[in-house]
Amino acid sequence: MLDWLYTLVPGLETTAGLLSLHPPGWGGNLLRGALASLQIAAGAFGMGLVLGTFGALGKLNGGPVTRDLLSVYTTVVRAVPELILILIIYYAGTDLLNQALRAMGQRPVEVSGVAAGIFVLGTVQGAYATEVLRGAIQAVDKGQIEAGRAYGMGPITLFRRVTFPSMLPLALPGLSNLWLIATKDTALLAIVGFSELTLETRQAAGSTRAFFTFFLAAGAIYLTMTLVSGRVFGWIEARYRRGEAGPTRGHP
Amino acid sequence: MSAPTNIPPNAPVPAALPGNALRSLWREVMQPHRLVLIALALGIAVYAGMTMRWHWIPRYADLALQGFWRTLWLLALSCLLGFMLAVPLGLAQAAGPRFLAAPARAFCTVIRGTPLLLQLWLIYFGLGSLFPQFPWIRESELWPYLRQAWPYALLALTLSYAGYEGEVMRGAFRSVPHGQLEAGRAFGLSRFAILRRIWLPQALQRALPTLGGETVLQMKATPLVATITVIDIYAVASRVRQDTFIIYEPLLMLAVVYLMIAGLITLVFRLLERRYTRGMTA
Repeated sequence: MLDWLYTLVPGLETTAGLLSLHPPGWGGNLLRGALASLQIAAGAFGMGLVLGTFGALGKLNGGPVTRDLLSVYTTVVRAVPELILILIIYYAGTDLLNQALRAMGQRPVEVSGVAAGIFVLGTVQGAYATEVLRGAIQAVDKGQIEAGRAYGMGPITLFRRVTFPSMLPLALPGLSNLWLIATKDTALLAIVGFSELTLETRQAAGSTRAFFTFFLAAGAIYLTMTLVSGRVFGWIEARYRRGEAGPTRGHP
Repeated sequence: MSAPTNIPPNAPVPAALPGNALRSLWREVMQPHRLVLIALALGIAVYAGMTMRWHWIPRYADLALQGFWRTLWLLALSCLLGFMLAVPLGLAQAAGPRFLAAPARAFCTVIRGTPLLLQLWLIYFGLGSLFPQFPWIRESELWPYLRQAWPYALLALTLSYAGYEGEVMRGAFRSVPHGQLEAGRAFGLSRFAILRRIWLPQALQRALPTLGGETVLQMKATPLVATITVIDIYAVASRVRQDTFIIYEPLLMLAVVYLMIAGLITLVFRLLERRYTRGMTA
């Protein structure tokens, strides 16, 4: 079917063979790796959002000690390379978990790569999300919150009905950026030996010596992920901003 | 790995007198809860110093210093070269004709849309396996360098910084008010003089806070070069771990080293900001 194309472009047939979805092609491995990457990125992003929400609320409403501890967390995590945090949290997390299990008289367990990856990247994402969400919550018009309070809303209702919906459009650009960081940071787990897209690619490239083919293919997969999610976030943002006036919204 | 690319409006830089700054720092620290926290942190540090294993430090000190130096110059050189590429990339996107703007934009999108580790491995393994096939490269003067790993690391880091900062500079060039450029034209300045005297300095002023954050991110990316056999400070720590089976101590030390470099970068950019915004009114 594609024969005319193969005669037109020499080398294309071998490339297609290498990338084929069934062995001996490596396309299936690449796609499985991509799926694992997406899984970890989604988990880490979700965990980051939860941590970030509590972190932002703690920084804004917490006592002095909470605030100081939270700034230590955000400063350290944002200044130390992710790779080192991954190693520290991975080793320390496994150690602590096994010590706790031993204390309870259980057998030590091997931590699954996915869980460790999500936990580690989620901790990193949490620090960035704290700052993004804090900025967005601070930018919410104070009058809105006072109005909510005047209606007798409790703090939870106030957050759910007033603060959250009005801060979301302000936070979305930062959150979309964080999601892109999460998808790309999953590549770091290749270094601790977790089979996500980058490591699968390296194994495929190493065994076939077709470095350009596989690295470019993986690059295309990553690029597709980031471009598609950029579109999705743009769409969500447009949706949440639909009630707002044009570029001159809000106060001057 | 990019901070949000929006450029914050120029924050006024207070002309802080040293005495004033010290006094406000003193007041910041001298709060009861903070004193307790600092004492607690010091206690943990002393406890760690006493009970953890640090005997490997003298043996690896030389290697660590070399690695530290290599990390620093890889960072500095890649930021410098990357920024030199980022200015034309940003300019092409902000004001260039279409045939320049489109490739610049595509370059930034691809660099920002794929992980640096992948780019690094593509360049090192890809180019590294391609080059030896050409006899004229193997016979060239550059071959002794091309056989080492650091040129590939430098290239990958430079391209990455150029991609992210090209996007930052695009926003910065766009944010310079049009009237400024028109005023330059009214004075009869050539296009190049407008760029050099008006457009670039003002764009830089606006971009500096973002560039500082991006440079810290670039620093956080440097340990990746250890995966292509460049012996930076991270690689030295990994070697200590492999040789001695000591896990936490080298990693903690590494974290402290990177924290210090991050502090240094922040300080340098604060000084730069103060210097380049001195003509601005608050």
